Amino acid sequence: MSQQKPSFENNMQRLEQIVRAMERGDVPLEESLKLFQEGTELVRSCNQLLDNAQLQVKKIMTAPDGSPVEEDFPHDI
Amino acid sequence: MAQQVLTITQLNEYIRGRMEEDHLLNAVAVKGEISNYKLYPSGHHYFTLKDENSALKCVMFKGNAQRLRFRPENGMKIIAMGKVSVFPRDGAYQLYCAAMAMDGIGDLYAAFEQLKKKLQAQGLFDPAHKKPIPKFPGTIGIITSSAGAAVHDMLRILNKRYPLAKVLLLPVRVQGVEAPGEIAAAIRYANYHKLADLLIVGRGGGSIEDLWAFNEEIVAHAIYDSNIPVISAVGHEPDVTISDYVADLRAATPSNAAELAVPDRDALTQALDSMENAMANALNRQIKSYKQHLDVLSKSSALQSPAGYLEQKQRQLELLKNRLIAAENQIIARNEQRYVALTAKLDAMSPLKVLTRGYALTTNERGEVVRSVSQVELGKRITVALSDGSLSATVMEKKENVQ
Repeated sequence: MSQQKPSFENNMQRLEQIVRAMERGDVPLEESLKLFQEGTELVRSCNQLLDNAQLQVKKIMTAPDGSPVEEDFPHDI
Repeated sequence: MAQQVLTITQLNEYIRGRMEEDHLLNAVAVKGEISNYKLYPSGHHYFTLKDENSALKCVMFKGNAQRLRFRPENGMKIIAMGKVSVFPRDGAYQLYCAAMAMDGIGDLYAAFEQLKKKLQAQGLFDPAHKKPIPKFPGTIGIITSSAGAAVHDMLRILNKRYPLAKVLLLPVRVQGVEAPGEIAAAIRYANYHKLADLLIVGRGGGSIEDLWAFNEEIVAHAIYDSNIPVISAVGHEPDVTISDYVADLRAATPSNAAELAVPDRDALTQALDSMENAMANALNRQIKSYKQHLDVLSKSSALQSPAGYLEQKQRQLELLKNRLIAAENQIIARNEQRYVALTAKLDAMSPLKVLTRGYALTTNERGEVVRSVSQVELGKRITVALSDGSLSATVMEKKENVQ
């Protein structure tokens, strides 16, 4: 039930990897340029995710068979 | 019948006298809820004690009030001890309160301490059992009342800090007899259906009785058994419940729980900025170092004057060629010398050469070279080869050397 977790969390993890690799300075320049491009793309996409997100809020009710059912929960955030 | 007419003062004094003769009224303990509480500048406390149907005016004078261990408040359930008497001026009876205790609190406190000790012994508070709170929880389960302000406070903070999350509210009653069972069941249900990455269990502030569900053993065990990390968020800052001890993380309030549950958006964007900076800096550093290297190379003579460089290399090549030729000649000369020496050696070893020095080569009839007298028999022919021809002879005599 964790839809948005992979993209943001994975992006952050990949970013940290890229920064570490670039700061070590032992990758060839061409590779560095590629990493930089990938990194700035990730930063952009992370910022975008944060800007466009709205907290999803659901209330859990129980179906007759005991399984969880998501219902809207009115709120004013 | 002559009726005695009394003044009000006389009557009130009479009633006061009668009341003060009464043993029960002179030392009474009465329980109720405080209302209309007022503390006067004089230091005297005035309040009304009430139950569902009735009210009793009370006063506690400064001298007695100074011995209180807590600050009375409206809504507080207490046991007041003192005497009931009349205040003659108003013609009203009231309780002159000499001492006051919180009703039930002693029992609850004892129960709390008892359960705390028991669960501690069972290892429910063991720090080693506590699970880490996920850094980026995708789905957060909130187990609380859907009616209170607490849930809306939490939603507002979660949305402000980390709108990427999804919140699932599992509504439960948070006070009353059904509350402990409902809270524990919701925790187990969330685990069974793997509903969330993180659970927040709690409620807003209230009296110790209101918060009591979170001091129940059934709730403590449900939190302990949860595979999903649990943040407890019960009441206000000073309120500490059993749930707080068992939970993986204790929040002071529901709002605080929301803050502890997710990263802060501002901190995240700041971290993104700093990572972007770090990447740019690293790249610039690398480019700079390549440039420096390039500078050093471009200052080298090869690139400064290519013709001179080539000439120098050509001279080097010529030199090497000459050395190669010299070496080759030397090897040939050395081999020639060895050839001559070997031929001479070979010549010296030739059998013909030996024959010229007067030796002879004898062969028997079978053509074998004779090395021993045993190879020839008397009367048989032998051939003796000399350097310029051969002789045929007959063996006349055999003499063996005495060894």
